[in-house]
Amino acid sequence: MTTLVNPTPINPVEPFLRSDRMPHIWCPGCGIGTTVNCFAQALIESKIDLKTLALVSGIGCTGRVAGYVKLDSFHTTHGRAIPFATGLKLANPKLNVVVYSGDGDLSAIGCNHLIHAARRNIDLKVICVNNLIYAMTGGQTAPTTPGHAITSTSPYGTFEPAFNLPHLVEAAGAVYVARWTTYHVRQLARSIGEAFKKKGFSFIEVISPCPTLYQRRNKLGDGLDTMKYYKEKSKTKHGAPTSEIGLTMQGEIIVGKFVDRDRPDYSALLKAQMHESLGERYVDYDEEQGYVCADGGCAEDSCH
Amino acid sequence: MKADPRGVLTGTHFMDGDHACCEGALAAGARFAAGYPITPSTEVVERFAARVPVVGGSFIQMEDELAASIALQGAVWGGAKSFTVTSGPGFSLMMEHIGYAAMTETPCVFVDVQRGGPSTGLPTLPAQGDMMQARWGSHGDYEIIALCPNSPQECFDLTVKAFNFAEEFRVPVMFMMDEVVGHMTEKVVIPPADQIEVVPRKHTRKTVEEYLPYATNGDMVPEMAHAGEGYKFHVTGLTHDERGYPNMTPQTQQKLVTRLQNKIRSAADRIAMFEEEATENADVIVVSYGITSRVAQRAIDMARERGLKVGKLRLIMAWPFPETKIRELAGRTKAFVVPELNLGQMVREVERAAAGRAKTILVPHAGGSVHHPEEILAAIQEAVR
Repeated sequence: MTTLVNPTPINPVEPFLRSDRMPHIWCPGCGIGTTVNCFAQALIESKIDLKTLALVSGIGCTGRVAGYVKLDSFHTTHGRAIPFATGLKLANPKLNVVVYSGDGDLSAIGCNHLIHAARRNIDLKVICVNNLIYAMTGGQTAPTTPGHAITSTSPYGTFEPAFNLPHLVEAAGAVYVARWTTYHVRQLARSIGEAFKKKGFSFIEVISPCPTLYQRRNKLGDGLDTMKYYKEKSKTKHGAPTSEIGLTMQGEIIVGKFVDRDRPDYSALLKAQMHESLGERYVDYDEEQGYVCADGGCAEDSCH
Repeated sequence: MKADPRGVLTGTHFMDGDHACCEGALAAGARFAAGYPITPSTEVVERFAARVPVVGGSFIQMEDELAASIALQGAVWGGAKSFTVTSGPGFSLMMEHIGYAAMTETPCVFVDVQRGGPSTGLPTLPAQGDMMQARWGSHGDYEIIALCPNSPQECFDLTVKAFNFAEEFRVPVMFMMDEVVGHMTEKVVIPPADQIEVVPRKHTRKTVEEYLPYATNGDMVPEMAHAGEGYKFHVTGLTHDERGYPNMTPQTQQKLVTRLQNKIRSAADRIAMFEEEATENADVIVVSYGITSRVAQRAIDMARERGLKVGKLRLIMAWPFPETKIRELAGRTKAFVVPELNLGQMVREVERAAAGRAKTILVPHAGGSVHHPEEILAAIQEAVR
């Protein structure tokens, strides 16, 4: 005889979410929720200590991720998730800091910070959900919008060349660069797990539908049609030269892990330089004590 | 609590205001700064970059002032006391993040070594043209605290106070220097660490289950937690409730923004800082701040030599504005003379608080140098006529 051990199925990612904030604001067919699922899956599989994990978002639809995950989470200003995360990481190097934001936030208003963080090789894991448009504000052209696409601010079609984000961040110095679509849920979760193992600036682009604004205005169907497109037109090419993987409106999408290399991260470089110049005088970050905490090291009276 | 001796350069020094400001920050416990070079403020972070590796902490030169002014806030939530340093054009770029710090109640210090503006203006020359911007520069309703040192010694002493106010009220504090005070070299006495009072972070003692990030317990300033401690809290620049969750209702907005304002306003009289002298029987009171107060002192002395009854009110804290004090003085003096290195900013506050009970005379100066004492003297003489 069989017994039902667990009669009420529990969504395995639920412990990672602020259930008291549901329902979320994302539209039916939007891919952002799918990416959060993959992120949570990666956390389960990597067995990372959630206490050490902080998530920083900017502004926009993807910027709302910070508000839905049950982690120390920061919803910052438009474009500035990366510099906020930089300060957070430097003040407490023990933290695993994830930046979770959209293409407009990271590659338009925040692009300066994106390339400088990659150059410095700050140990941040950046998940960039690229829906090819400004969605929160109603579907305006982004630096990622492919040619000819109709948007609310390009009513006759976009003609500016678009950013190829993996190429950009590879050139700037990222140590891990991958691209998936929201169709590739297992690959994406695996990729996030891999990024957690890397020391340095890691960047994962996730191509995601915006059925409400991008797909609808361009007569590309709904969320399901977009999944079919991702399935049919995606081609996995690990190690593909990033210069050759720019996106077009309905063309092939090259996905995969393009960059996986090692170079010393910001804190390793900092320590090496300071030890070389200052020798014993350098006061390094202490794993136990940290730097001198603002509250005197802990919240107890005895420490003050 | 007392200052951590590791950050305190106890002794008698000959240093400029920018350097003294840096030492004040270290004495106050600042262990993180993010900056972007801009004259005439750069020496503050140059010194910090040299000093902090041997004290224990971190400095990073960011790619612009937007980055610097938010990186410092990331560091605050990571557990550090943090600040940034800039001048006019950079201060303009930082405005959004002053609003973010006010909204998220991130304790931090913004140092603005003022130079002539608008725009690129006079990069190497003094002005006091950012006084209203310091108060009102970011959008929406909020309150900040602003201090105005008039000597390198005060650059040290008041920087410590700026950090203390930031922690006490969980508010961004504006440290309003000017080019002359920043580059003037004088004696600076840094006391032993055990004589420097430092306000620690208002860290919660609640358990993870009990903690509500934006709940207040009567004193209007919520308790803080840091990332990595297990509280799993949420911080947002959106209008939020006590849980820190976004809540876009007029009721939540009213409650939150009113508290952000009142936590400072209700303390204004208690924390007011000014230097008052011979105001009892004064026919005219000179109200000044920063470097202008030192020129004003010469004018006051000259007027007294001429037999005039002149009082002095030096604003050490510009914001919140000491309106109770001005109101009181307006009842017993004929006029206020207000010299400032701008075309009329704090004078508006003096006039508003005086409410017509005493005349208010501005001695304007567009910046680029300090006033001639004679210009202030002439205004004093006109006031008593």
